[in-house]
Amino acid sequence: MEVSRHWRLKQQRYSLVGEVCPHCDSKIFPPRDICPDCGQEASQPYKFSGRGQVYSFTTVHNPPAGHEENAPYTVALVHLDEGPMVTAQLTDVGDKAVEIGMPVEMVTRKLRSDGERGILVYGYKFRPRLLPA
Amino acid sequence: MEPSATRAMRPLRKVGIAGYGAYVPRYRLPAREVARVWHGGSAELPIKEKAVAGLDEDVITMSIEAARNAMGRAQIDPGEIRAVWVGSESHPYAVKPSSTIVAEAIGATPHTLAADWEFACKAGTEAIQAAIGFVGSGMAKYALSIGMDIAQGRPGDALEYTAGAGGAAYILGPAEESLAVFEASYSYATDTPDFWRRAEERYPEHGERFTGEPGYFKHIMAAAEALMEATGTKASDYRHAVFHQPNTKFPQRMAKSLGFKAEQIEAGMLVAWIGNTYAGSALVGLTAVLDTAGPDDLVLVVSYGSGAGSDAFCLRTTERLLSRRELSPATRFYVERRTEIDYATYARYRGKLALD
Amino acid sequence: MASTAEVVVAGVGLIPAGEHWTESLRSLALRAMRAARADVPGLQPQALYVANMLAPSLSGQTHLGALLADFAGYHGIEAYTLEAGGASGGVAFRQGYLAVASGLIDVAMVIGVEKMTDKVGPAVESAVASNVDADHEAVQGVTPMAQAAMVMRRYLHETGAPSDALAGFSLVAHKNAVTNPNAFYRREIRAEDYRRAPMVSEPLNLFDAAPIVDGAAAVILARSDRLTSNDAYPRVRVGGSSVACSVVALHDQRDLLRLPAAAESAARALSQAGVGLEELDLFELHDQYSIYAALVLESVGFAQRGRGWELARDGAIQSDGTIPVSTFGGCKARGDTGGATGVYQAAEAVLQLQERAGKNQIAGARVGMAQCLGGAGATAATHVLVRLDGC
Repeated sequence: MEVSRHWRLKQQRYSLVGEVCPHCDSKIFPPRDICPDCGQEASQPYKFSGRGQVYSFTTVHNPPAGHEENAPYTVALVHLDEGPMVTAQLTDVGDKAVEIGMPVEMVTRKLRSDGERGILVYGYKFRPRLLPA
Repeated sequence: MEPSATRAMRPLRKVGIAGYGAYVPRYRLPAREVARVWHGGSAELPIKEKAVAGLDEDVITMSIEAARNAMGRAQIDPGEIRAVWVGSESHPYAVKPSSTIVAEAIGATPHTLAADWEFACKAGTEAIQAAIGFVGSGMAKYALSIGMDIAQGRPGDALEYTAGAGGAAYILGPAEESLAVFEASYSYATDTPDFWRRAEERYPEHGERFTGEPGYFKHIMAAAEALMEATGTKASDYRHAVFHQPNTKFPQRMAKSLGFKAEQIEAGMLVAWIGNTYAGSALVGLTAVLDTAGPDDLVLVVSYGSGAGSDAFCLRTTERLLSRRELSPATRFYVERRTEIDYATYARYRGKLALD
Repeated sequence: MASTAEVVVAGVGLIPAGEHWTESLRSLALRAMRAARADVPGLQPQALYVANMLAPSLSGQTHLGALLADFAGYHGIEAYTLEAGGASGGVAFRQGYLAVASGLIDVAMVIGVEKMTDKVGPAVESAVASNVDADHEAVQGVTPMAQAAMVMRRYLHETGAPSDALAGFSLVAHKNAVTNPNAFYRREIRAEDYRRAPMVSEPLNLFDAAPIVDGAAAVILARSDRLTSNDAYPRVRVGGSSVACSVVALHDQRDLLRLPAAAESAARALSQAGVGLEELDLFELHDQYSIYAALVLESVGFAQRGRGWELARDGAIQSDGTIPVSTFGGCKARGDTGGATGVYQAAEAVLQLQERAGKNQIAGARVGMAQCLGGAGATAATHVLVRLDGC
């Protein structure tokens, strides 16, 4: 059972907290302490709004272990408004077809569980925006 | 009985609702689907349809969204929330509080209390009652109380028609910053076994018609009447009233018995479209009221929890409510957002199909 | 460049890729190792470099270097595993090349082996998914197939190419595999089959993806002065060798439609070999997913951005085309063998240059390139092989 691994990442997983580079103002997600743009140290926390657009997506029919209960599910690359790209499942899609460019927003959902007896892993997913823009 | 035992509960400092937020999942199971599978389509339907949580949702995820909506309206620093309390009868863990995860997700940790509450359908209002005391005593500036449930009904049982999913979160704070102020509150509890679930059991049991008179009606009546008497108010003083909603008929009957007209309970009546959200029921009804109320409206809220008890609250809305409520999605957005599912999909979502 | 010794591919051996229920990780490897030794029985390896990616998770076995050296009877030699996901084969080949080119090792054997079929069920998907970013992609249920599907969808969206644009890669691979007795799929497919194929991860259909199967391939690298003058086959040397890395997670890529590691390592290997793209007679590229074949062709320079699919459409990649690929069936039809793929590619390129390709022979083949990718292009290992009498 993996306990500390997910616990370490709870800030970014639950609330999409990343980093902002104090040198070049790049917004960074997931946090990685060294700015991928200017290469300098960047460990200042930054909370993303959760808004973004679908950049690409697909539906997974053969899930890896731990994801069988949720299958089939859609995964996407989401381009956050603040700049970074993030990988996440899409949820609550409803009857509308997913399209590249679809505006989405972050929600905190169950990602997986460590079996019947293990901990529940929560994290970010994205859904079509609840309110019209 | 000593007069002090029946007087309304008022804290030393006045407390109000600094922010509120609802959450209802998008899936809907029509009652006619349940009837189709179990009774060949011929049973009387207690509601139109109920809300069903998706595969990746549980009381924790739903509480997080409702809490974020409440934060949106309250516009406060989450570090100032010193209690995060989640009331439910469907906490994902039997041991490990939902509250710590919710607290983490909204940024209220680590300088906070976190605990889970349980009293059937009044677990949420129980947490609000305690938050009034917590904030009213000056121990904390803000407290977050949530009532949220993914109600479970035994397949084929009458409760399966109505056992829904949803609830609401309330941030309580100083009356002077509030969207609605608590004028007074009252609680009434007895040992009444109308509905229960043993620790190792999956589905609850209920006493059928015993849940009516000795349960629901007796306790709501007692709490409402005691609160109105202690505050010197009568039914016609209230612009809105919200009662616990296990179905459409019970709250309508309750309103009539207490002297309320149909239009007074209309704004908060959501059960026909989302079902009985258990610990979320009265609280999500209240959010719908707050979404449309005018300033300076008197609102009565009375919950009911089997086992049994009722919490009653007398609230007065403020001017501030009108501008702040636009900052988060109105409850009607959640109610109107629907994807209809059939019984088979519902059974899969609710884990009624054994995968191993 | 520092002066290095000339490295020759002295022997190659490979076994059929497929589902070898009766064979274990060790027995598969041994068969390929013996086949390679049969090419040059007089050359005893002083080093064994193992290419493998999933033995720890699917066979519960690490430490393959010592294990296989012992079982093959190579006592006391230097032996260890190189791993870079699907590029393990090319990376291990590079290690063999570096060892021999340095002059410190005279004869090195590279053995790529993968045993996929001892485990079944979602645990296998999880093991394969260890190729993606565990904390930020796998936790969301992303697999290498899902990555390829997202890249393919974006490609079709940006280029406006038709939904069957990538069909040619599968068609060519399958056609070439018909005459390869070591191939897993030996049935030709038609354009119509591709268009009607079911989706496995939209827009990826059944013929856009190659499942990973069991396999083993070995090559023997030797310093050329260790060989006798009586070669059984035309001599092939390693003209260029390069490994480059990019990022692991798709969301960390600067440009989803460019593979900088593939571009970089190919450019360096070609430059080292003194060979231009137009001089290549064949290219064993990483076609485990048809989209990566298209992107590799673009990134390496055979086509402009967004036009790699046209090479497939126009037949340029056929065995009689301007740049034949997957000459024995590639990952798609010969079979993708995970960490062993890069060694299969190198071995097949050598067989072509030595005129040992049988019915798959590319006429007049003198210079070939082999490139394998790890993940979605996180690692690229490229080798340019040159027939000595033809350069």
